[in-house]
Amino acid sequence: MKCPPFDYHAPRSQAEALALLARHGEEGKILAGGQSLVPTMAFRLSRPASLIDINRIAELDHCRAEGGRLRIGALTRHARFERPVAPGPTGALLARAAEHIAHAPIRTRGTFCGSLAHADPASEWCCIALALGAEMRVLREGGERLVPAADWFQSVFTTALAPDELLAEVSLPLLGPDWRCGFAEFNRRAGDFALAMAVTALRLDPAGHVAEARIALGGVAGTPILAETAAASLLGAPPTPERLRAAAALAAEGFEPTEDAQVPADYRRDLVRAMTRRALEGSLAA
Amino acid sequence: MNWTGRRLPRTEDPALLRGEGAFTADLAAGARAVRFLRSPYAAGRILSITAPDLPPGALLITGADLEGVGAIRPELFRFNYRAIAQPVLPRERVHFVGQPVAAVVAATPEEAEDIAETILLDIEPEDPVVTIDDALRPGTPTLHAEAPGNLVVDGTIRHPDCEAAFARADRIVELTLRSGRQNATPMEARAGLAAYDRATGRIRLTASCQMPHMLRTGIATLLGMAEADLQIVAPDVGGGFGQKMALFPEYPLLVWLARRHRGSFCWVEDRNENLIASAHSREQRHHLRAAFAADGTLLGLEADILANTGAFSCYPTTCGVEPLMALAEYPGPYRLPTYAARARALATNTCPAAPYRGVSRPVVTFGLERLMDRAAAALGIDPVALRRRNLVTEFPHVTPTGLTLDQASYVEALDRAVEAADIPAFRTRQQAARREGRYLGLGLAVFNERTGYGTPAFAARGMGIVPGYEVVDIAMTPAGEVEVRIGASPHGQGLRTALAQLAADRLGLDPSRIRVIHGDTDRTPYGWGSFASRGAVIAGGATQLAADKLAARLRRAAARLLQAEPESIALRDGAAWAGEASIPLTEIARRVHQRSEQLSDLDGFNLAETAQYDPGGTFSNACHVAEVEVDAETGHVRVLRFLVVEDAGRLLNPLIADGQVHGGVAQGIANALLEEVLYAPDGNPLTGSLADYLPPSAAEIPPIEIIHMETESPETLTGAKGLGEGGTIGAPAAIANAISDALAPFGVDITELPATPARIRALIRNAR
Repeated sequence: MKCPPFDYHAPRSQAEALALLARHGEEGKILAGGQSLVPTMAFRLSRPASLIDINRIAELDHCRAEGGRLRIGALTRHARFERPVAPGPTGALLARAAEHIAHAPIRTRGTFCGSLAHADPASEWCCIALALGAEMRVLREGGERLVPAADWFQSVFTTALAPDELLAEVSLPLLGPDWRCGFAEFNRRAGDFALAMAVTALRLDPAGHVAEARIALGGVAGTPILAETAAASLLGAPPTPERLRAAAALAAEGFEPTEDAQVPADYRRDLVRAMTRRALEGSLAA
Repeated sequence: MNWTGRRLPRTEDPALLRGEGAFTADLAAGARAVRFLRSPYAAGRILSITAPDLPPGALLITGADLEGVGAIRPELFRFNYRAIAQPVLPRERVHFVGQPVAAVVAATPEEAEDIAETILLDIEPEDPVVTIDDALRPGTPTLHAEAPGNLVVDGTIRHPDCEAAFARADRIVELTLRSGRQNATPMEARAGLAAYDRATGRIRLTASCQMPHMLRTGIATLLGMAEADLQIVAPDVGGGFGQKMALFPEYPLLVWLARRHRGSFCWVEDRNENLIASAHSREQRHHLRAAFAADGTLLGLEADILANTGAFSCYPTTCGVEPLMALAEYPGPYRLPTYAARARALATNTCPAAPYRGVSRPVVTFGLERLMDRAAAALGIDPVALRRRNLVTEFPHVTPTGLTLDQASYVEALDRAVEAADIPAFRTRQQAARREGRYLGLGLAVFNERTGYGTPAFAARGMGIVPGYEVVDIAMTPAGEVEVRIGASPHGQGLRTALAQLAADRLGLDPSRIRVIHGDTDRTPYGWGSFASRGAVIAGGATQLAADKLAARLRRAAARLLQAEPESIALRDGAAWAGEASIPLTEIARRVHQRSEQLSDLDGFNLAETAQYDPGGTFSNACHVAEVEVDAETGHVRVLRFLVVEDAGRLLNPLIADGQVHGGVAQGIANALLEEVLYAPDGNPLTGSLADYLPPSAAEIPPIEIIHMETESPETLTGAKGLGEGGTIGAPAAIANAISDALAPFGVDITELPATPARIRALIRNAR
């Protein structure tokens, strides 16, 4: 469990980092918090020839509200979100999820954007990004593009990010006070990867009816997924306990669960049903 | 001042807390690194092992290099044991995924791992035997020709009147239970550093081990070298829990390298290796039948015990340790008139089993205490009353397997626990919670723990190597400090503190004047080590005897110097007293050594004594109570409360006793809810990291309440009983009973550990 040999670069600017990425391509890998990358290297499941350490690049270290969105730079650590980074439902949802991310020492190092780039199916940030409609700002030498969350996640640990690209910033909408966000996850030990999680966001109209609904599930398939049928079932009516329960049941049936020795498929569906209902109920309880 | 019995903080702790402990890996500077190549197949034939790109200076060692090196082959002369052999490195066949098949040596661990990846292992896979059912299936492959049918141990006890007891029973209660496979998961994995001394030709093996003297015997035998040329040092050891008792192939290979290549070689196991290839435990299946009278009296018990003990037999205990402990100790703390049991150890293509804290007793207690709850339900008797009716109350009591239970407090501990748990108040909470759709449960487990047993107990097992006694050498330096050299080898048990407390009282000294020296075969008398909850009883007893002998010498010297009778001399506060007159012990020590013309006619020229102690054993006892909440939707179990009433006789240091209970209960909760080694049907381990094998974190462990009782043992010199394993023994049963109580509305109960959320959900789903 020792890392294979690699070269190490510590660029001081975004431009320098992008030049290194362009030069190393498939062989290069960005090192931010290193909380997933370094263990996979120690297991020799990942063997980048060059690590490009972006921790010294001040331009990437920001987290601010701007133009109705929360802009999260590539060096923003998980721990930053433990207390709300912005007033309103978005900041509160992020704070709610942050406590579930691994353990305190990991949260002080691991980064939000790193989680999005790594795309672990059980990542809390990935699930929230999909639920809220995040936008990824991706840079490469001489270019820049924005990728919506819906196009970002491709399969397990695989995203739309090209080998010569750097995920510089993720932005999330700052939801208004008419939104109700919920979060629930299940794991066997505190801080473990979730066996299932649900992120829910409901917009209530003045009559108290659900005007918009988003439900994302994490840890249950190769990528975070949207439970669209379940979300749609809530529209146009008050979110009564019966309707929430029915939506949770729809969420549990509407996907192909990953299975392993410890988590059979029907158990995964049980967990999705429970987590979806709890996230929805929790969002409306406050 | 009485030091024994005080909650003295452990003298071991400050260095560990400052990060200044010295573990094997901390001592490896300058040594070449060893990396083991491990079998990727559960079963297979080795065709070739080749190194196309071995860099200059690197070494590849295979079984073919180990000409003349013996195989690990422990002996047991009873219970139809078939001696099977484990090669240090195999030449022909591999027997489990993770078995070392070759070793690479390089300058650093990183390079060794890089080189290891380039070695070509050509192994032709064969059909593996993985599970208990695989091993029993007719026509299944045989791992070892010496053990037909993969049966390595087959022990039977059958009382002739057992059938009659079942014939006249009012109620027969049956239970089949399964215990998942565990890894002890010490915080420090295994590690060894073998260094060649050019001046003497001796080898020093520094190793993270529990039995340094035994390791020396084992390695010297395998390598055909003089024991006197091998020194074993156990430095700070980050937990053992039984796993580090065994003689593993990695250690003789390190010593072989140091001898052959006249250098220093270090291997530091990584977590993946530890999880798949160190030692596992507790994969067992028991079928129980119990005969009860209508009034709840237990009339007889039948047990069929199957243990999957993996590919090889651990040295020195043998793979009989699990099934045979279950065979001998199933009657537990209960009056059992008649008993019939069979216990088998099955060889499979999995990591070998070795003792793990509690060994079979967590499984036995799970079985017995689930049986009691099931019987109570079947007979319509309160579970506490049923236990009370059957617990042994008169001592000494001889069990149907011939064990003698010494004075204990089985019923009293149960009563204390029931009172402290306040069961009526719990039932009220439970009813209220059920109305809200929440499922609370309370479970208890009563058990006894055989501890501190010496040579006769091990000899009765028929072991080829019989452990048991301990030897302690004690000496006062010319400056008046006391050195206590022990053959035991503590690694977290706080024995340095507790033995110093014992010796301090016998010598009238402050414990800070006493140094306990252990874990070094050059500096300690031959002894067995730290395992089987024996330190306080056996090393403690020997320490007390040795200290008493030293005290007698000090009294004689003091009597001369104070012109008094030796019988009138009292040792206290660092001095010898005759009435009002006194002389400091430092002065006596100086005069014995440096003014010997005054005193040497009494006892010679030093203040050194030795003592040996070999007790028959004593049973501590406890009652555990768990309160849990089961989330019926997810199957998750939260332990809300955990109460331990523990009776380990006279406590040498209650603070250390509390720590033993805390750690044991945490491992017991892990056994009940979290930890399970899993294999795929092809014998590939599925739990090779701590993301898959789940030791608890602090968040999963509730506060643990402890009530001590102190029924002193008439069988031990110190009055102490062992308690090192009790926490792990009772907790799984108490939690399984608590979950079963919580799930009573669904009509299901727990017969398989760990009770994972997926298993609990399946029980609930299938019940509906």
